[in-house]
Amino acid sequence: MDIMSFQDLFRQEATRREVLTTGHVVPEPERCVQCGICSYNCPIGIDVRGHVWQGRAVKDSHCLTCGECVARCPRGVLSFQRTNLFDGRTK
Amino acid sequence: MRYVIIGMGVAGIAAAEAIRRQDSTGEIVLVGDDPHGFYSRPGLAYYLSGELSDRQLFPYAAQDFHKLNLRYVKGRVTRIYPVEHQVDVDRHGRLDYDRLLLAVGSTAVRLNTPGADLEGVVKLDHLDDARRIVKMARRAKTAVVIGGGITALELVEGLVARGVRVHYFLRGECYWRSVLDEEESQVILQRLQDDGVRIHFCTEAAEILGKRGRVVGVRTADGRQIKCKLVAFAIGIRPRTELAQAAGLDVERGILVNEYLQTSAADIYAAGDAAQVFDPLSGRSILDSLWGPARDQGYAAGLNMAGQQTAYVKSAPFNVTRLAGLTTTIIGTVGRGQDEDLLGIARGDSETWRQLPDAIVAQSGFDVNRLRLLVGEKRLLGAIVMGDQTLSMPLQKMILTGVDITPIRSKLLAPNAPIADVIADYWTQWRKEHASQQ
Ligand SMILES: Cc1cc2nc3c(=O)[nH]c(=O)nc-3n(C[C@H](O)[C@H](O)[C@H](O)COP(=O)(O)OP(=O)(O)OC[C@H]3O[C@@H](n4cnc5c(N)ncnc54)[C@H](O)[C@@H]3O)c2cc1C
Repeated sequence: MDIMSFQDLFRQEATRREVLTTGHVVPEPERCVQCGICSYNCPIGIDVRGHVWQGRAVKDSHCLTCGECVARCPRGVLSFQRTNLFDGRTK
Repeated sequence: MRYVIIGMGVAGIAAAEAIRRQDSTGEIVLVGDDPHGFYSRPGLAYYLSGELSDRQLFPYAAQDFHKLNLRYVKGRVTRIYPVEHQVDVDRHGRLDYDRLLLAVGSTAVRLNTPGADLEGVVKLDHLDDARRIVKMARRAKTAVVIGGGITALELVEGLVARGVRVHYFLRGECYWRSVLDEEESQVILQRLQDDGVRIHFCTEAAEILGKRGRVVGVRTADGRQIKCKLVAFAIGIRPRTELAQAAGLDVERGILVNEYLQTSAADIYAAGDAAQVFDPLSGRSILDSLWGPARDQGYAAGLNMAGQQTAYVKSAPFNVTRLAGLTTTIIGTVGRGQDEDLLGIARGDSETWRQLPDAIVAQSGFDVNRLRLLVGEKRLLGAIVMGDQTLSMPLQKMILTGVDITPIRSKLLAPNAPIADVIADYWTQWRKEHASQQ
């Protein structure tokens, strides 16, 4: 079933280009209800949801920063932050 | 020390995590009667809409349980003996406790329309409910949805996504009147109609019609008949208070607890959807049906049970949800009064949203991007952000931390003020000024 609109796909493409360099996926844990859409859509199977539960950024060296999890999260839990501005903790 | 937790929802799990953080040797026994264990209840909506498989709804893996080193008893607690410090567990016998947590959640209010027990009448409370709906949606061409709040729309949208024609019954002319204003409700209803949903205003189901035990239609109070195979309802929830009540604990709408999550009985705590929690700031005891507060309360209860005195400080309730495909963030106090489509509180709801604040409303927005602010004397009391979510995070922070808005208050309240721009500019400036303290 194709749920995403073209607009979403476009936005996803834009985010991807923007952050392909040196970003991290950073959670806003209060927004999360642990639905698992982020982990479900991660192309390499990172447990993004587990990171959010613990309030940790996704610092997995395998993370492609492809933006799937950021774009698909229905609650705006995830965002990108540049590495140099970020100290590794979110809370 | 033996800790017994009743209920394996987010409040129960968070309590176990907190206890284990404080006490590495105490025995934790978790008694739960849900055959599926711990899963994301809000995630059921995304499973229904097809965005997620049901196997993905489980946040905890085997090693996570292992880390907590707890004993899981699959069963139902049927009675609490507060004096003896014991509980009865169905088919397992009696269990002693030193500290007990009631994290038993809430349950959907039943429909009492005649015919409500027919096969094909469904609610969305539980993973089994969601699976049943998915299965039935394969054969049902048409469904009737009754009720209000987020869950009713999740049912409507889930069924539409699965190709079912949906008739949505509303008792009045608005959707979720206790939280949304008329215009917001209008935006949502229009979008549903654009998606092909038939909305029946001022309509009540008088009877659910059946044949050989199965739903075949609904008769409305004004005498119309709608053929359907599925009737889904979401008319509110009720905290599970029976155990507490039978044990003589103080109960109102939920199980009453103080800010340390203690009930009226020694060594018994309550948290999550089941608890009605005292809020020292407002002096009231409030029900929430929200994942975040359930987790926070569970965690605080766990710390208190393990001897680390910790007050639960209620922050402004907050939810991000999708209403008719439109991302909507609700923060703080935004609504008022009663909702004729709901009894009491709904899922993903907080009583705080309806406490009429001493505030003036500022709003802007057109088409699907809409912003409504509740402006207090010195700070923002609440906000609804629909559509574009750029301001949702800044507003969440401003409301939760009580940022002083005196410098922009008059700008916000000016006629036709561009409130989104005013907020965005102020937030950028505020953040710069406070960067060093963050
Ligand atoms: C469809 C749906 C959509 C939702 N949407 C949102 C949303 O958008 N945002 C949001 O913040 N929240 C939402 N919620 C609400 C959120 O899921 C709840 O607030 C949260 O799950 C409450 O957690 P809890 O641990 O208190 O209770 P529950 O998760 O209900 O857990 C209680 C557990 O206790 C067990 N139990 C009960 N009685 C006994 C007994 N006697 N013996 C043993 N076990 C027992 C139950 O089986 C259950 O497993 C939604 C809920 C649903 C169902």
